[in-house]
Amino acid sequence: MLLGEDYITEEGEFVINMGPQHPATHGVLHMKIWLDGETIKKVEPHLGYIHRSIEKMSESLSYRQFVFVTSRMDYLSAHINNQACALAVEKGLQIEATPRAQAIRVIMAELTRLASHQLWWACAGLDLGGVTPFFYAFREREAINDVMEETCGARLTQNYMVPGGVMNDIHPNFQKRVKDVLKQIKDNFHEYDEILTGNVIFQNRLKDVGYISKEDAVSYGCTGPTARASGVSCDIRKLFPYDGYDKLQFEEILSTGGDSWARYQVRMAEMLQSVHIIEQLIDNIPEGDFAAKTKVVIKLPKGDFYQRVETARGELGVYLVSDGAAVPYRCHYRSPNFANLSAIPRMAKGAKIGDLVAIMATVDLVIPDIDR
Amino acid sequence: MEEGGIEMDIKNDATKNKLVFPGQVHETPDGGFLVTKLDDVINWARSNSLWPLIFGTSCCAIEMMSAADAKYDWSRFGFEVARATPRQADLIIVSGTIVMKMAPVLKRLYDQMPDPKYVIAMGACTISGGPFFYNTYSVVKGVDHIIPVDVYIPGCPPRPEALLHSMITLQEKIKHEPYFRKAKK
Amino acid sequence: MTNEELKYNITELLPAAFYDEASEFLTVIIPSEALLPLMKELRSKKEFDFDYLFCLTCVDWKDHLMMVYHLLSKTHNHTIVVKAKITDTVNPQIESVNGIWKTAELNEDEVFDLFGVKFLNHPNLRRLFLEDDWAGYPLRKNYTDEHMIKL
Repeated sequence: MLLGEDYITEEGEFVINMGPQHPATHGVLHMKIWLDGETIKKVEPHLGYIHRSIEKMSESLSYRQFVFVTSRMDYLSAHINNQACALAVEKGLQIEATPRAQAIRVIMAELTRLASHQLWWACAGLDLGGVTPFFYAFREREAINDVMEETCGARLTQNYMVPGGVMNDIHPNFQKRVKDVLKQIKDNFHEYDEILTGNVIFQNRLKDVGYISKEDAVSYGCTGPTARASGVSCDIRKLFPYDGYDKLQFEEILSTGGDSWARYQVRMAEMLQSVHIIEQLIDNIPEGDFAAKTKVVIKLPKGDFYQRVETARGELGVYLVSDGAAVPYRCHYRSPNFANLSAIPRMAKGAKIGDLVAIMATVDLVIPDIDR
Repeated sequence: MEEGGIEMDIKNDATKNKLVFPGQVHETPDGGFLVTKLDDVINWARSNSLWPLIFGTSCCAIEMMSAADAKYDWSRFGFEVARATPRQADLIIVSGTIVMKMAPVLKRLYDQMPDPKYVIAMGACTISGGPFFYNTYSVVKGVDHIIPVDVYIPGCPPRPEALLHSMITLQEKIKHEPYFRKAKK
Repeated sequence: MTNEELKYNITELLPAAFYDEASEFLTVIIPSEALLPLMKELRSKKEFDFDYLFCLTCVDWKDHLMMVYHLLSKTHNHTIVVKAKITDTVNPQIESVNGIWKTAELNEDEVFDLFGVKFLNHPNLRRLFLEDDWAGYPLRKNYTDEHMIKL
């Protein structure tokens, strides 16, 4: 099929291509859309425009190295991707990160989730016609990036989590800076609601758009806020706790709306939960080593290991198959975005073409995570 | 001596700094006239309103967005009019890995842009394939295999300041371009 | 249901199944022909009720291909891994589970693209990530590519 090819089918349906270079797809996603007038009859995703063969690469990288490639997969949840890989290796070695490392990991993961949701909120505003939210959200996002940079040395692809713990200890300023960021977020959060949530035009673009039922959400394998907005309880932090999430107080945000508006509300509420989680930990980081001792060359025993974590977009699974060598025999990533994407044709069916942008804005896809 | 030295520096900086208008304004009672070179004034105008195409494939696109926000604010240098269509863009910032399947699309986007057009290769992936150089079957090892590149920025991803620096470098390049005069060979 | 009960019930359904309990989840290894009937039972029977297929992939073991299905029941909260062994590596094929879990459609496209496993009764089997005229299946262990630079 040629790119940009448009034609009319025998049934009089108009076929258009959205992407691979389209601002609302947040990357290089290509959707083929069959339209009857303005009503969507069918959507078919075409992928691979950023397929970087990460799974093949991982088969030739050692257990220490392959962790870092995953920062480039879902770059908005870079810490959490690293954490998933580190936990998978730890599961194979049957060791656990030190208590200090676990606390640092959770704080970093939740900061990442906050930053990711803020970027989502900025882009949702941009996609639906408001430029101002972008500047509001990036104000806080930059503050979080500065904290990351101080401790990890990088703003976006931090590569901070290693098997056994974290790469280096936190910066002396870390606790103070995090508290400042949390205060800034809490003080400014009402502005988010004032500028976007309360806007009637914005609400009308989201309400009753892109509905997906609970059964469909499970069948399509949706996870994260997308599924929780349909009432599916799927928070890995609650169901299969890791890195000490079971000792923390937080709520799993559920909604029964199932539409884009519900997905929006779930994400907004999750930001406050992340703030709440960090507040519990920031003054209680245990003393001790920041990483457990591991051998220089890590070799996993024969077998397969599956580790899942909750990224900002849903359940990320790392499936490692080891044959006893120093590199994985096979490494597969169960990507949350890939499953959420497969539900978009179902959500978009019968909607207007303009609504597809609203649906994609609230599902919050990261394309390199889909293609891997 | 010291004061004079400082003055000299400022003067030198002013001549170096091409942000000032390239030409001499002579005031006369009926409105004044201007002495300049057409090349200089056209390049001055073009370099200060470069419109980038929104073309982000992966991680670097997020840092590109950061460069657009209030903290780094690329509109200070005339870049804020990001266009979603290549027909209105002067500049393509290739931010992110290019894979074999995307290569023809990028080439087509480049061909659709009106001349004169510029390319910034942002990040390690666009320079050489970066982290995806070894043992990958689908990654294009450097975007300069597909389209000509004016400025390269290393980094994975580069910081927004690096992107701003590359943009200023590109402006410098444009200011020295021959528009009417023949290029020296 | 505990792993023991799962094992007992599945043996009743399919006496030919092997089990592997070394890993975290109960793993059932079956021949590829037996996949679809077993999967239908796992989904529809009230006591199994595996409604969530959370990971579908394939592993190339050089002499055979192993399809791996991770299943979870949201109601009973038990997990099982079904591995289907495909012995024919030249022309591998297996029944699609797309009719049981809708998420399988794109995942099976991916496996077809990268491993070359043909899924029977799949509604739209296509190359998902690579170009339509791509030669070979890159995640196979014997894949060679002139562009690939080995470290």
